Amino acid sequence: MNAQMNRVSVDIGGTFTDVVLEIAGERSSTKVLTTKRAPEEAVLEGVESLLAQKGLSFADLDLFLHGTTLATNAIIERRGANTALVTTDGFRDTIEIGSESRHDQYDIFIKKPQPLVGRKHRFVIGERVAADGSVLKALPEDQVAELGKTLKTAGIESVAISFIHAYANPAHELKVREVLSAALPDVTFSLSCEVCPEVREYERTSTTVANAYIRPIMAGYLGRLKTELAQRGLRAPLLLMTSGGGLTTVDQAAAFPIRLVESGPAGGAILASKIAGDCGLKEIVSFDMGGTTAKLCLIDNGTPLKSRSFEVDRTERFLRGSGLPVRIPVIEMVEIGAGGGSIAQVDSLGRLTVGPESASSEPGPACYNRGGNRPTVTDADLVLGRIDATNFAGGKVGLRRDLGEKALGDHVGSPLSLESVVAASAVAAIVEENMSNASRVHAAEHGKDLRKRAMIAFGGAAPMHAAQLARKLGLEKVIVPIGAGVGSAIGFLEAPLAYEIVRSRHSRLADVNEGAIHDLILQMHAEAISVVEPAANGRPVEMRTSAFLRYVGQGHELEVDLPLDTSVNIDPTKLRQRFEEHYSAVFGRFLENHAIEILTWAVTATANQPLHDTVKEVRPTSAKPKPSGWTDFVDFDGKSVKAPVYLRAELGSGHSIAGPAVITESETNTVVPAHFEVAVDRLGHLELTNTAIGVAAAAE
Amino acid sequence: MQQTDRPIPAINEIEFQIMWNRLIAVVEEQAQALRRTAFSPIVRESGDLSAGFFHPDGRMIAQAVTGTPGHVNTMAASVRHFLARFPASSMKDGDVYITNDPWLGTGHLHDFVAVTPAFFAGSMVGLFASTCHFMDVGGIGFGPDGRDVFEEGFYVPPLKMIAEGKLDGTLITLARSNSRYPAEMEGDLMSLAACNAIGVGRLREMLGEFPLGDLTPLCDQIVSRSREAAIAAIAGLPTGTTTAEMVIDGYDKPVALVATTTISSDLVKVDFTGTSGLSARGINVPLSYAQAYSTYAIACALFPQVPNNSGSLSVVEVTAPEDTMVNAQRPAPVSSRHVIGQMLPDVVYGCLAQIVPDKVLAEGASSLWNLILEDAHDACLTQGIGQTARFSALSVQTGGTGARPNDDGLSATAFPSGVSGVPIEILETMTPLVFWRKELRPGSGGQGRFRGGLGQTIEIGHRDNHPFYIYAALDRIEHTARGRFGGAEGGAGYLGLKSGPRLRGKGKQLVPAGDTLVVQTPGGGGYGPAGERDSTRIEADRINQLEN
Repeated sequence: MNAQMNRVSVDIGGTFTDVVLEIAGERSSTKVLTTKRAPEEAVLEGVESLLAQKGLSFADLDLFLHGTTLATNAIIERRGANTALVTTDGFRDTIEIGSESRHDQYDIFIKKPQPLVGRKHRFVIGERVAADGSVLKALPEDQVAELGKTLKTAGIESVAISFIHAYANPAHELKVREVLSAALPDVTFSLSCEVCPEVREYERTSTTVANAYIRPIMAGYLGRLKTELAQRGLRAPLLLMTSGGGLTTVDQAAAFPIRLVESGPAGGAILASKIAGDCGLKEIVSFDMGGTTAKLCLIDNGTPLKSRSFEVDRTERFLRGSGLPVRIPVIEMVEIGAGGGSIAQVDSLGRLTVGPESASSEPGPACYNRGGNRPTVTDADLVLGRIDATNFAGGKVGLRRDLGEKALGDHVGSPLSLESVVAASAVAAIVEENMSNASRVHAAEHGKDLRKRAMIAFGGAAPMHAAQLARKLGLEKVIVPIGAGVGSAIGFLEAPLAYEIVRSRHSRLADVNEGAIHDLILQMHAEAISVVEPAANGRPVEMRTSAFLRYVGQGHELEVDLPLDTSVNIDPTKLRQRFEEHYSAVFGRFLENHAIEILTWAVTATANQPLHDTVKEVRPTSAKPKPSGWTDFVDFDGKSVKAPVYLRAELGSGHSIAGPAVITESETNTVVPAHFEVAVDRLGHLELTNTAIGVAAAAE
Repeated sequence: MQQTDRPIPAINEIEFQIMWNRLIAVVEEQAQALRRTAFSPIVRESGDLSAGFFHPDGRMIAQAVTGTPGHVNTMAASVRHFLARFPASSMKDGDVYITNDPWLGTGHLHDFVAVTPAFFAGSMVGLFASTCHFMDVGGIGFGPDGRDVFEEGFYVPPLKMIAEGKLDGTLITLARSNSRYPAEMEGDLMSLAACNAIGVGRLREMLGEFPLGDLTPLCDQIVSRSREAAIAAIAGLPTGTTTAEMVIDGYDKPVALVATTTISSDLVKVDFTGTSGLSARGINVPLSYAQAYSTYAIACALFPQVPNNSGSLSVVEVTAPEDTMVNAQRPAPVSSRHVIGQMLPDVVYGCLAQIVPDKVLAEGASSLWNLILEDAHDACLTQGIGQTARFSALSVQTGGTGARPNDDGLSATAFPSGVSGVPIEILETMTPLVFWRKELRPGSGGQGRFRGGLGQTIEIGHRDNHPFYIYAALDRIEHTARGRFGGAEGGAGYLGLKSGPRLRGKGKQLVPAGDTLVVQTPGGGGYGPAGERDSTRIEADRINQLEN
C-alpha cells in the first residue's frame, strides 16, 4: 500500500475551521475562523495556507476528508429551506404530536421542540399501506397532481414524503416523487423509504423532514466546494465524515445530509479508536470535553458503540426528549452540558450546580476579562492551579486569576460560606461527578462495565479533569494523545469509508422467510457496495450484516452479527443461540422458551483507509525533564501544594513524572494529581497511571 | 514539592451533594434497566414505571424521574407496608418481595411492586423498590366494569418471591396461570427483580468508594434538606383556606370532586370532604393514589426543583373521609382509578389559583385517554366468524393540557401523567387494528389570553373487518375542562362509531364488524380572557388551521 499518501482533513465547527494536512506521514495543522455565509471560503483559505507552507498545490493531494457542524447549526438556527411535508391522510400532525410526553415531569412551563415544518406546509394524500406492506388504499394520483400546483404556489424548495408503513412498501412514496418532480423540476425530494426506512412513524418522519430541511443548503454548499476545489486543481476524491463514524461520497452527503449531523464528535471517537489500537488497548472510554459539552463514548476492540437514534436541537438543558429525533446511524455517546465554559451557580436549595448554561466564547469565563462575571469551570481550573496562565492559547490570551477568584467568591463562595479556593474545588468536583454519573448510566444502558477501561482524553478541557474522572470511575489509566486540540480533524484521517443500510422487516424468528430475507440482504449488499466501491480506489470492500432481535413483547432490541457468508440462507437456530448469549451478557441471564422476533436487518460496507505509517515514534530522551515553572496547585483532596509545570514539547519518550504536576501545551493542560504518574510513551502520548490502583491490584 | 501554609477546610458539604447526586443516578439506572427489559408495551413504549431507594426505616430517599407520579408517591407508602409485614431484621441478602395489592401498592391490581433489601458488609443499608404496569392479571380485563376487586383479577398479597436468591416456583406458576399472557407476566416479574438487583450492585460500589458505614446520616440530611427547601417555598405564601369543586362524568352519574386546601407556615393540607361517595364500578381510588396525584400537583406548582423524597413529601398532607370516591376501601373495585385520580390536580389547582394564580394551569383533559382494545372472539363466534386474531392493546392517547399563565397549553400531551404514546406503526404490527386517523383536533383548545392545548381525532378499524372491543375508561365527555380567569372551556371528548351512534365513556363495548371507532380527546381550558390574546398567536392559529 502507498504509505506516502498526501491527505487533508477539514472540520468546520461553529467558531473555528480546523485543517490538518498530512504529507508523507508528517502532519501540520491550522485553525481559521469559520466563514458562516460561505463556509467554503475558510476551508479553501486554511488548506491553501498549509499547502503553501509545503510548496504544494491541490493537485498534489490524494484524498480530501471533510466533516462539519453546518447541518446541525442550520437546524438549531432554523435557517433551512422552505420545506413541505407530504404524508398519509390522517397523519398531518405526527411530527407535532410527537411522543405526547413531557421531558421534565415537574416543570409545567416546558417548551416542546418545534417541528421544522409548520402545519400549513404539511399536506396529506388519501393513500394507505398496512404493516405488512399490502395496500389498503390505492394512491389517488389526481390528488398528487393537484398537490403539485399547491406546492408551486407556496414556493416550496424542498419536499419530505413520509407515508405510514412506507418502510414496508415504498411504492407510493416513489410514485409521488415521480409525479411531483415532473411538475417541480427545481425542488429536491427526501423520501422516508430512502432516508430512514424504519418502523415508528414519528421518528421516521422527523428524520425525513430534517433531511429535506437542510438538503438545499448542504447540497448548495457541497456543490460550490466541489467546484471551487476542482477549479484549484483537486483531482482526489472528496469524502464526507458521517455521524456514524464512516466516510461517504459528496453525492451521498448532498442527498442525505442528515447523516452528517454529528460528524465532528464522531471524528473524535474515531481518533480515540485509532489511539486505542496503537496502544494495544481493547476496551476504552473516550472523553472529549470542549467549551460547552462533554462527550463520552465506549469503544471495544477499536469499534465505538453504534446507535440508530439521536436528538438534534435539545431545547432545554440537554434533557432527553426535548429535541427533534433523528434515526440515523450514529456513534453512541453521552453528551452533557459540562465544558470549560459551563457556569457554576447556587440554586434555591443551596445546591451548587454547574452547567449546562455556558459562557461560551462571548463573554467567556470571568478570567478571560471580556466582560463575563459569572464563574465557570475554566475559572475554577485556573484558581486550582491546573492552567498555566502564562501559556494559555500559546500565550495569546492573558488570563486574570483575580477575576476568576472574584467570580467564584461572589457566586459560589459567599452563598455557601466557602472561600474562593474551596469554591473552585467544589465546582470542579461537581462537574466531575456529573460526568461520572452520566458515564455510569450510559455504560449501564449498554450493559458495559467501565472499570476495566482506559480513558483517552482530548478536547481543550478534558486533560484537566481526566485523572479525577478516571479515579471516580475506578479506571487505572488515562491517555492524552498528541494533537488533542484538533482531535476531530485528525480522527477523519483515520475513518473508514463505510456505508450502512438498515431495513425493517418484522417477523418472529420461528416464522422468518429465509429466502425473502436472503434476497433482501443481497440487495442491501449490492446497494451498500455501489456507494462505497467507486470511492474505494480498488481497496477491498468488507461487508458486515447484522440483525436486531428481542423477545416477543419487549421494546428494545439487541444487535446480533450474522455470518459473513451470504451464499447461504440465515440459520434461525444459530441466530437464537447468538441472541441468547448476547442477552445473558447484557442482562445477566436469558429467558427460556420465550419467542424471539426480528425487527431490523443492517448491512455495512467498509473500505479501510490505506495502511499508512502515521505511528511516528518519538525519540527517547535520557535527560531528566526540567520544570518550566511552579504552580499553586490544589489537589483533589483539597490540599494546596507547589507543583511543577512542564512544557509538553520538551518531554521525550521514556520520561516519567510523579504527580502532582501540570503538563502544558498551547491548546490544553494535563493535570497529574498526587498518586498518579505520567509517562511519555514511544508515540509521544501522555500515559497517566493511578498508582494507588496499581498497588491494590498487585496486592491481590 | 513544598507544602504551602494556607489551610484548606474539609468540603463535607460538597461530598454530601455528590453522594446525593449519586443516589439519584443509581435509581435512574435502575429505571432504565426496567424499561429495557420489560414486556408490557405500556412500560417499554410509554414509560409507565418507577424506581426508588429507601432507608431501612421506610423513608423514601431518592426516586427516578419517570412518567408516573401515581406510582412514585404510592410506592413511597408501599415500602412501609412491606416493612410492617417483613421487619428489616428478618430480611436477607438476595430476597425479593412483591405485591399487587391496590391498597398497599399503587392503586390497582395491574401494577406489581417489588422490594429488594440492599446489604453491604453484612448489614442491611436500604431497600430498592420498583413498580410497573402488567399487561394482564386475569379477571374481566383492564376496564372499569368490575363490581368488586375480586372480579378485577389475580391478587398477590405481600409475599417473598425470591428468598436469598431462590425463586419461589409455586408463586411464579400461580402468577403465570392467572394471566392471559403468562410469558409476559413472568418476564415482567423477573424484570422488576433484575432492575432492583442493578440498584443494589451500584449502591455497593458507591459504598466502596465513599466509606460511610451507615447511610443514615446521609439519608437524614437529604430528607431534612428537602423538607426545609419545600417549607421555604411555602413559607412566603399567604396562609389560609381555599376550596374548589369540579364535576366530571363518572361511571353512570356525575361525580363531584371537592378539595379544601389549607396553607400554614410549614404544611399544605388538602382534604377531599364533600367529594362524591363510592362508585358502583371500578373508578374508585385508594387513598394512597389520591395522595400521590395531589402531592404531585402541589410539588409542580410550589417546589418543582426539590427532589421527591420523604422530606419533600412530608410538607403535604392529603386526607379524605372513608368511602368517598378518593378513599375507597377494600373490596371496592378500583381498576380504572386513574380516571378520577388524574383529575385531582385540576381540583387542587382550583384552590391554589386563588392564592398563586401565576403558578397553575387551567383545567385540561387530565386523565389519559387510554384505549384498551381487544379482540372480540366471543362476538366473532356468535356471528359465525371462525378465526379472529387474538390481541390486547393498550394505546395511550392524550388530550390537551390547560393553558398556562404565560403560554398556551400543550396539545396532545399527557398531564399530570407523563407517559408517552405508542407509535401506531408498532400497534399495527402487534395487532390487526388500523389507525385511519390520529391528528390534532382544530378548535378544541379553550380560548383565552393563552388557549388550551388541542385534543386529537383518532379513528380505528379492524383490518379483517372483524368486531373488536373497547374497554372505555374515558372522561370529560359530558363535563369539559374549564378555563381560569376568564378563559373558555376546552372541547368535550367524544367516543362513537363512524356509522353514527355514540358510545359510553365508561365500560366494555363492541365495535361491530366493519365499523370504525371514532375518538376525540378533550382540549384544555384557556387562561385569561380571549379578548387579550396576542394578535400574532391568533394569526399563527389561523395560518395553521388550528381554529374551528
